Amino acid sequence: MTDPDTMTRRQLIRHSAWFGAAVGLAVAGGEVISHVAGTAAAERAHVRPTLRFAQLSDSHIGFTGAPNPDVTGTFGRAIDRVNNLGYTPDFVIHTGDLTHLATPDQFDQVKQMLSTLRTPHVFAVPGEHDSVDDAGQKYRSVFGAGTRGDGWYSFDVAGVHVIALVNTLNLKKLGHLGVDQLDFVHKDVARLSSDTPVIVFSHIPLFAMYPDWGWGTDDAAQVLSYLSRFSSVTCLNGHVHQLFTKTEGNVTFYSGTTTAYPLPRPGDAPAPKPVTLPAGKLRDALGIREVNYTRGRSALALKESTLQ
Amino acid sequence: MSGMPSMPGAAASATGSPVAVAGDAVSIDNFAFAPATLSIRAGGTVTWTNRDEEPHTVAATDGSFHSPGMGTGATYSHAFPTAGTFDYVCSIHPMMHGTVVVTG
Repeated sequence: MTDPDTMTRRQLIRHSAWFGAAVGLAVAGGEVISHVAGTAAAERAHVRPTLRFAQLSDSHIGFTGAPNPDVTGTFGRAIDRVNNLGYTPDFVIHTGDLTHLATPDQFDQVKQMLSTLRTPHVFAVPGEHDSVDDAGQKYRSVFGAGTRGDGWYSFDVAGVHVIALVNTLNLKKLGHLGVDQLDFVHKDVARLSSDTPVIVFSHIPLFAMYPDWGWGTDDAAQVLSYLSRFSSVTCLNGHVHQLFTKTEGNVTFYSGTTTAYPLPRPGDAPAPKPVTLPAGKLRDALGIREVNYTRGRSALALKESTLQ
Repeated sequence: MSGMPSMPGAAASATGSPVAVAGDAVSIDNFAFAPATLSIRAGGTVTWTNRDEEPHTVAATDGSFHSPGMGTGATYSHAFPTAGTFDYVCSIHPMMHGTVVVTG
């Protein structure tokens, strides 16, 4: 990895203004780069957002191996980053794979670490690593308070409707929501006016990012049909351990990175096995995400930061 | 390779093959069960060994058996008292498929 552009791109990401309506994301040569389409982004940065939250994902507490010998350390660093954003996020969401093997000790540890976040609310959705052998019972005993069904829920904050989905149970090949959860969403959004911004969290992507590796959700089209009348729908997921974005009509999907270890880009390896990077490169592949919503604007603004 | 007699222990060559390999051991390596299709006599016990860095499970599609999460080097055994065909996946990586064919 001696790409001479690496540092430039990295600095561009680190120093870039908020990604928003005027900023597009593209993946080129495997790196996420930003394109500023004008000065609007800089102007917008001065307006205080209506809602600010942070996303953490795929901490895999309990993982041991060359790709990251210290997942506790890197997750702690990610938490430090969130605690030093210069503002208090309205909430923090962890989009799953909190643990590596869903053991009671791993759940205890990740819960304790999350309790050090300086934010009024910490939310989570489970990853398949959090429901390895019990259909998510241990996960729900730790993180399931106030949730419905197998751990899904929704809430309203600052005029935004937030839906947290569980698509890591009863897997056949892809992520799966199931009829009970689809019914929940159908009824949940019925009362909302169509100009309500909607944010959806799930662990596995709700779009077909790479079905050969299970990176998609088999009944996502149904849930998205319930959201088709809304002017702004933003879906945030983990699972794939890399940044990626895609827009389909009114819906924009954003895959987040990890705090643990990178996975190959789709199809770049025979299997989605953890990747061991050259010394010193790991933290560039790990990160946190900030998300802003400002009333009156349809698009949310995202900012990605590495743990370097 | 289809002309070769299948031998117990010749598991590695059977990855992804629909041909049932007789034996009682399945290796989990590189996100695949090997052999992907194993045949065993009724009353026998199959042992799976995870040789990947990643954890895997063995979960019957019909729910009749389900291993705990298996870390690197972990094993899981299940007895098959009656004849039948049992499909299973890794519940963490459900694109990984395997089958145990139990003969009477």
